[in-house]
Amino acid sequence: MLLNVVQLTLYGIVLGSIIALGAIGVSMVYAILGFSHFAHGDMMTVAAYFGFVGVVTLHLPLPLALIFSMILTACLAVGIDRVIYSRLRNATPIIMLISTIGVSFMLQSLTQIVWGPSNEVYQSGIVLPYKFLGLRLQPVEVTIILGSVLLVVLLHFFLHGTKIGKAMRAMSDNRSLSQITGINTELVIIWTWVITGVLAAAAGVFLGADTQLNPRMGFNLLLAIFAAAILGGIGNLYGSILGGLVIGIVEEVSTIFIDPGYKPAVGFVIMVIMLIVRPYGILGGKR
Amino acid sequence: MSETNGNLLVAEDVYGGYGSADILNGISLRVAPGEFVSIVGPNGAGKSTAMKSLFGLIKVRAGKIAFEGREITKLRPDQIVRLGICYVPQEFNIFPSLTVKENLEMGAFIRNDDYSAEIENVYQLFPILKERRRQLVGTMSGGQRQMVAMGRALMLKPRLLMLDEPSAGLSPNFIELIFERIQEINRTGVGILLVEQNARQALEISDRGYVLVMGRNRHEDTGPNLVNNKEVAEMFLGG
Amino acid sequence: MHLPGLVNYFIFFFSFAGIYAILALGLNVQWGYTGETNIGIAGFFAIGAYTTAILTSPPDPGHLGGFNLPFVVAVVGAIVVCGVLALLIGLITLNLRGDYLAIATIGIAQIIVLFITNEDKVTDGVRGIPGIPRPLSNVSPGAGGLLFLVLVVVFVGIVLIALNRLYRSPWVRILRAIRANEDAVLAAGKNVLRYRIESFVVGSIIMSIGGVLYAAFTRFVSPEAFDPIYGTFLVWVMLIAGGSGNNVGAIVGTLIIWGVWSGTDYLTSLMPAAWGTRGSAIRVFLIGLILELILILRPQGIIEERPPRLVDAGPRGEERSAHAPTPSEGTGGG
Repeated sequence: MLLNVVQLTLYGIVLGSIIALGAIGVSMVYAILGFSHFAHGDMMTVAAYFGFVGVVTLHLPLPLALIFSMILTACLAVGIDRVIYSRLRNATPIIMLISTIGVSFMLQSLTQIVWGPSNEVYQSGIVLPYKFLGLRLQPVEVTIILGSVLLVVLLHFFLHGTKIGKAMRAMSDNRSLSQITGINTELVIIWTWVITGVLAAAAGVFLGADTQLNPRMGFNLLLAIFAAAILGGIGNLYGSILGGLVIGIVEEVSTIFIDPGYKPAVGFVIMVIMLIVRPYGILGGKR
Repeated sequence: MSETNGNLLVAEDVYGGYGSADILNGISLRVAPGEFVSIVGPNGAGKSTAMKSLFGLIKVRAGKIAFEGREITKLRPDQIVRLGICYVPQEFNIFPSLTVKENLEMGAFIRNDDYSAEIENVYQLFPILKERRRQLVGTMSGGQRQMVAMGRALMLKPRLLMLDEPSAGLSPNFIELIFERIQEINRTGVGILLVEQNARQALEISDRGYVLVMGRNRHEDTGPNLVNNKEVAEMFLGG
Repeated sequence: MHLPGLVNYFIFFFSFAGIYAILALGLNVQWGYTGETNIGIAGFFAIGAYTTAILTSPPDPGHLGGFNLPFVVAVVGAIVVCGVLALLIGLITLNLRGDYLAIATIGIAQIIVLFITNEDKVTDGVRGIPGIPRPLSNVSPGAGGLLFLVLVVVFVGIVLIALNRLYRSPWVRILRAIRANEDAVLAAGKNVLRYRIESFVVGSIIMSIGGVLYAAFTRFVSPEAFDPIYGTFLVWVMLIAGGSGNNVGAIVGTLIIWGVWSGTDYLTSLMPAAWGTRGSAIRVFLIGLILELILILRPQGIIEERPPRLVDAGPRGEERSAHAPTPSEGTGGG
């Protein structure tokens, strides 16, 4: 029984890493741009399919396909901002939210138009898992965990060591002061979308590599991603990591007691409890 | 616009406010290069609003504003800051999750050259900031935050520094220190436009002052003269 | 194109338009009046539909119910079940606003659909519940569809008239004031939370009526029909297109967007079979595109709404209206 719990916890860390990457992106957009990016899940889906093109059409190994997807997804994110969100800079947060829902369905349907509705995989065939201490872990799952850690570390250096990174932190603190100070807010916004796209690409490709690809894959994770962001305090990047891991682990371990069909509901329930009890999250975030 | 007579900043008959109602009902003022000018007045007089309108933060419905001979009435804040005016708002005037040094760096965002001299300058004006340059500004006291806010505004070597109630919420010791530092900045040739609730203290160190009431100019004179003006004194009961 | 086909299409088009109009009107109460972002319409839609299915369909070992009850019972049943559920949900989400409420309602709708999908014994899961009787179909064979359409129109009419009557009532005035400036209404001494729950429950009940009519029309329910795209997204686009806040706008928006949705269905049916589901994906993309264009170019929708006036209680509790305070009155020049 204990072994089962530890095994599920391991799976939870894998899932949690993917959720965390998504939650960081969502938190960042909320903190800097001020709205909830409901299209994030579907951006992950498109990114996964970009990766699919890389693997199946360009015959790239998965890591290179990931980088390929990161580049394309970053361009996609910036493109959507330029075409749609930038024209809504002065709109209310609710209108922005509805706008992201529209983008979400556009991305989802676009995926289905281009690649069809059925499941795809990056590679078929059996891969033997690593075995240790009675536990099992697939190689790709190890990659996901290590890759996520690497990305978080890189992000930290970006935000604390580069001028644009600091400007992003400044803007998330206080947007009007940023303008008064002379910070080029449009440039910061573009960079925010670049980073968001890169993180979404990682989350999407990792998700596809861990499970399968289908047009709904990202959308199905959206609730868990927002739950994680809220749990950690929306706008707080390190909280999002914690939130992602907690949600991932709880969702996996809950399958011992609950019908796995209800797994998505678990993260949601945690989030609702958090919203009622402590709306600013475990670590506190931006309002 | 008509000649600005070598003035640094000129505002003529400015009307404006938030939404439909105007707070400013035709105010005019000027600041000469290197001059120290204060704007004082009772609550609701429109002092802060006037300063915000100069920096493009409030919609100006009528009137003209010019800086160094160039009209800036319709410009946005990020455009105005590039011309040589820096503004320190009364509230939310620092980035709390950034360090002291990072706040100053953000002040220099639009610069592509070496600004270490300006950072040193700020550290000389406010030695405690040098001590605490790696501290998150959000964890600092009100007075120290105000120093960071002013330091940030100095990073672009402005020719005009606009300060909105820098003494607000500070202890008397800090207020004296802040005013003394502002004078020091002025001595280096930077024009100062100060909005203050502490009318007496502000006017005593100003070259000239404006008293605004209900969004209009009420008095304009040298600082010392205004301090000794009976009507002005009555308005402020020694404040 | 022969007449019976046209007539059938006419019946189908306007019956569905009516069903969606009712959903939009329900959303209008929650979002248009009170500013509550309910992105979980599909949940209440499903509740109305499945309550009807369980109450009115014939007995079947695959699912619960099969009580063969008349249509009226289904309506009452849906109102009761949905009302109770909406009250519960309203209480849970009492303090949530804007984005947070949106996420919560998405989750709730997802849980409802998850429940329907997983609980085979109750709902027969993904196989759905067939054999739902259509009311009035025995009255005059052959004209059953037309009679049902009349029924739908009657329901739309009832909801519309009721909402229009309510529009001038203090209740709706307060709801709209809450949307414009909740703090001011709180300061005026009103129990804002109570009004928000009431608005949420009323809107949800209206939505469940849409579900009842849907089940009775299509005579079959399954979880797929309550997918976020058909159950929630379309309705939002309809309301935004028509103009949120006013009921006529809801109907106009419904007709237009349903027209686009249906019309493109016909067009994509002409596409080669290999395109299959891509057809519906193209239509969803188009609706999304229309939504973005509306938000960018004319966010107020086709029929613009007048801004509300605040109501505040005078010293003796009488109500007199005032305008929302302008920022200069509220915060001062300093």
